Amino acid sequence: MSNVKHHLTDSLLMAYSAGTLPEAFNLIVAAHVSMCDECRARLASFDSVGGALMEDTQTVPMAESSFAETMRLINSGAVSDMIKPATAERGKSVLPAPLQEYVGGDLDKVKWRSIGMGVRQAILPTSRQASARLLYIPAGTAVPDHGHRGMELTLVLQGAFVDETDRFGPGDIEIADESLNHTPIADIGADCICLAATDARLRFNKLIPRIAQPFFRI
Amino acid sequence: MFNVVDPSEPNVASYLPALHVRKEVKTELPVKAQPVAMKKKYDPGAWITEMSLIRDHKDQSAFAELFQYFAPRVKAFLMRSGADATLAEECTQEVMATLWHKAHLFDPSRASVATWIFTIARNRKIDALRKQRRPEPEDLEWGPEQEPDQEDVLSLQQESEQLGRAIAALPAKQRELIEKAYFGDLSHSEIAEQTGLPLGTIKSRIRLALDRLRHAMK
Repeated sequence: MSNVKHHLTDSLLMAYSAGTLPEAFNLIVAAHVSMCDECRARLASFDSVGGALMEDTQTVPMAESSFAETMRLINSGAVSDMIKPATAERGKSVLPAPLQEYVGGDLDKVKWRSIGMGVRQAILPTSRQASARLLYIPAGTAVPDHGHRGMELTLVLQGAFVDETDRFGPGDIEIADESLNHTPIADIGADCICLAATDARLRFNKLIPRIAQPFFRI
Repeated sequence: MFNVVDPSEPNVASYLPALHVRKEVKTELPVKAQPVAMKKKYDPGAWITEMSLIRDHKDQSAFAELFQYFAPRVKAFLMRSGADATLAEECTQEVMATLWHKAHLFDPSRASVATWIFTIARNRKIDALRKQRRPEPEDLEWGPEQEPDQEDVLSLQQESEQLGRAIAALPAKQRELIEKAYFGDLSHSEIAEQTGLPLGTIKSRIRLALDRLRHAMK
């Protein structure tokens, strides 16, 4: 996708490359990179920094038998089972491949739950350090005004949303932290589907959504 | 590869020593034996050949060469990330077995052998140490069994060496923080706790390091 306007930051790409992000953030980074050639190229650069560092730092001697053990491991076929074949045909689905693996297929496999005002969500199974969920926002609908205690990343998969900062279309990722209070509104043209990942609960600024929060795990 | 950066800064890479004299830290070999041994071992071009020998002929001696050079580095990387020696040994064998099985997926026009092994080791780390799934970006579609363009392979190899020199030339403080970020399995705020440095200093040192690398890669 070439018209992505809002990209990942260096520190997110580097942490993804280093493998230090919580699973939910890894998922949203992998999904954005699937849709954004520029960030794919930047990620390759960060991976090569990792490769160069690994090459140029310490070594720890392997056990004497380890080469033979490795050959035995290879011949047993145990490891080849862990290598998954390529999935998903690019460009034919709304959800990029890494997301499809969590959903078990494309959009039709998503188990939506209504959270009011026509907005639906589906929480994805990740480690508990951070959460990832798909959001379905009907065209023209606003997600309640909210702030953030931690970091929240929102990737547009279909349609678009607009908030106080800008307009976000397919492939765009919004990076929000404590300093941003916003009311995202789905563009009038089409229903908006997003992936959102956060390492803290959202803080809604009106009473009702906050009471509902524990029930919906958002 | 990398973009941006102030053109008024002098080019650090141009007057640096050649890559093969990069120091090997903490090896068990007697110091005198090193220069010859190292020169023979450090040979990215040979590794690419070895990868295709493994892919096409299941060549064990080519695999042994790669194993000898990379396994002790992968093991060191895993131990710095928090694995004990036993787990690191076991995971390294799995990483090397994965290399064998996945040899047909290695594309020398997209990554150096070191970078490719780094990504396998990192994924193993997330899987084994953090017990999390690792979402990966969707693969790009390539032509049917297309052999990579030799010019691309060569220029990637040159860029990798250039990056290796630039990393070796980083000021110690920047280098240390970048290594911690990649290998220590620490977030920036955990690095702050560990080093006692304020978060802002860590972020700006890492940013400076990246700026230097970008500049050197122009």
